[in-house]
Amino acid sequence: MIINHKKCVSCGNCIPVCPMGAIFVDTNINRAVINDDACVECGTCYRGMSTENLNPVLIRSIRKIARFLRFRFEPEPDVCPTSAFEMNELQMPRLIRQIFSDPVVEHQSTGIKGRGTEEVKTNDVNLRVDTGEVGYTIEFGRPGVGVRFSDIQEMTRQLAIEGVTFEKNNPITHLMINTDTGDLHSDILSEKILSAIVEIKTTIEKVEEVLETVNKVNQNIDTVVAVGISTRCDENGEDNLLAPRLEDLGAFYERAKTNFGLGRITNTRLKSEKEDIKL
Amino acid sequence: MTNTLHRYGKADSFKDDYIIFAIPSKGKNDEDCIPKLKDFLKICARHNPVNMGNGQRGTLTPDKDLGPSSHWNRSGQPDFEAVIDGVDKPGTVSAVFGDASSATECLQEIIEADFGISVNISTSVENAKEAAHKCSISRHSVEYALAVNDPHDHLPNSQILSLSTMCGHGMVSFNLARKMLDMVREGRRTPEQAVATLTRFCPCGVYNPARAKRLLMEACKEQK
Repeated sequence: MIINHKKCVSCGNCIPVCPMGAIFVDTNINRAVINDDACVECGTCYRGMSTENLNPVLIRSIRKIARFLRFRFEPEPDVCPTSAFEMNELQMPRLIRQIFSDPVVEHQSTGIKGRGTEEVKTNDVNLRVDTGEVGYTIEFGRPGVGVRFSDIQEMTRQLAIEGVTFEKNNPITHLMINTDTGDLHSDILSEKILSAIVEIKTTIEKVEEVLETVNKVNQNIDTVVAVGISTRCDENGEDNLLAPRLEDLGAFYERAKTNFGLGRITNTRLKSEKEDIKL
Repeated sequence: MTNTLHRYGKADSFKDDYIIFAIPSKGKNDEDCIPKLKDFLKICARHNPVNMGNGQRGTLTPDKDLGPSSHWNRSGQPDFEAVIDGVDKPGTVSAVFGDASSATECLQEIIEADFGISVNISTSVENAKEAAHKCSISRHSVEYALAVNDPHDHLPNSQILSLSTMCGHGMVSFNLARKMLDMVREGRRTPEQAVATLTRFCPCGVYNPARAKRLLMEACKEQK
């Protein structure tokens, strides 16, 4: 991301907008600048702010007078008055920041926008997590903190030691050079992103062990970690396996995504293959 | 896409927060699914949603060519039609509801429409059970949100977190949520104006303006 300094009037509206707090006004040049190391290329400033196309010279003059008179500005707080933000073309490894941080950019590896995959949202069609199994989405960096791949690797390495199964369609799994060790490509380790989700699966007996590992590793990595934990319900729609186990562990859970089981295979090719198998 | 799992709050804080979304599965039921996704949204639009999204946009979006007078008369009206018309490829579509009865009635109509696409709800565990019970369906799978681990004290207070985490992709920054809260407290913006500003930053359309307004008004009464 770039701020065009010919346009910027250092109004500061963009400063609170940045989820990473990467923008500040450099008083030496009286322009807003981006801390490139902190910026995760999420595009919030460029895409999320509304814009005007006012004349920068005129606006700077008005601001100077108003500042001299100690007037308080009351502009719309989400507007860049001179459309000063510009998106530059990114190359690897920096491009990986945008891929993991900008929700409207689609992951080529999954065909899904965002950082995860279909998880159990399509479990009624894919049965990714079956009875007796537990799926985990281990999310790093959100809300509002960000994470470096080196920290994610700390976790994937430990999880690999635990013998978990990494979800093959997950973007982080695609970045692993070895799913047995949890090692990620070395050229991206120092890159910072807004967030990423590691998806794994275990048997239900391993829940305690995995959650303990996640908590332990989180103590040593400088970010926040949020865990989603999923299971298949029984034929009556009840979860009598995972929920009691979580309660025994004293885990706090009040919110959930619930799949109502309304999906089915309708693609013609797959449907006919299924019918052939039945015959 | 609709990363709505880790919204901050206790169960009763989700009394006005129901997100129903449809997600086609790649290679399984994504063939010719666009008309179905549009029909899904059309059903949702009939049941008083407070926001809707198609993965590309929500009902309130940033304005890219504002005139100077917009500072005095800016529109905060949601555009549901634009979200429906904007569905042009397979992906998650969603609608946010601010009350249980609208969400349940909508779900009932979606069940009857029988799109064959996975339908999920994101809300409290109890709200989801209740909705399933009222619509006489069983839950297939469930993903629980466990608490966020923050051993290094990165996170702000609960008021800011509640407002910020309603954009699951993190596009509503802590600082913007704080600024809006302060502007409402100082009487420099109405809660409606502040909520419209926050909602515009969520590109997926899953931000809940009804809940945000309630949270802002509650937060104004209690300083933290």
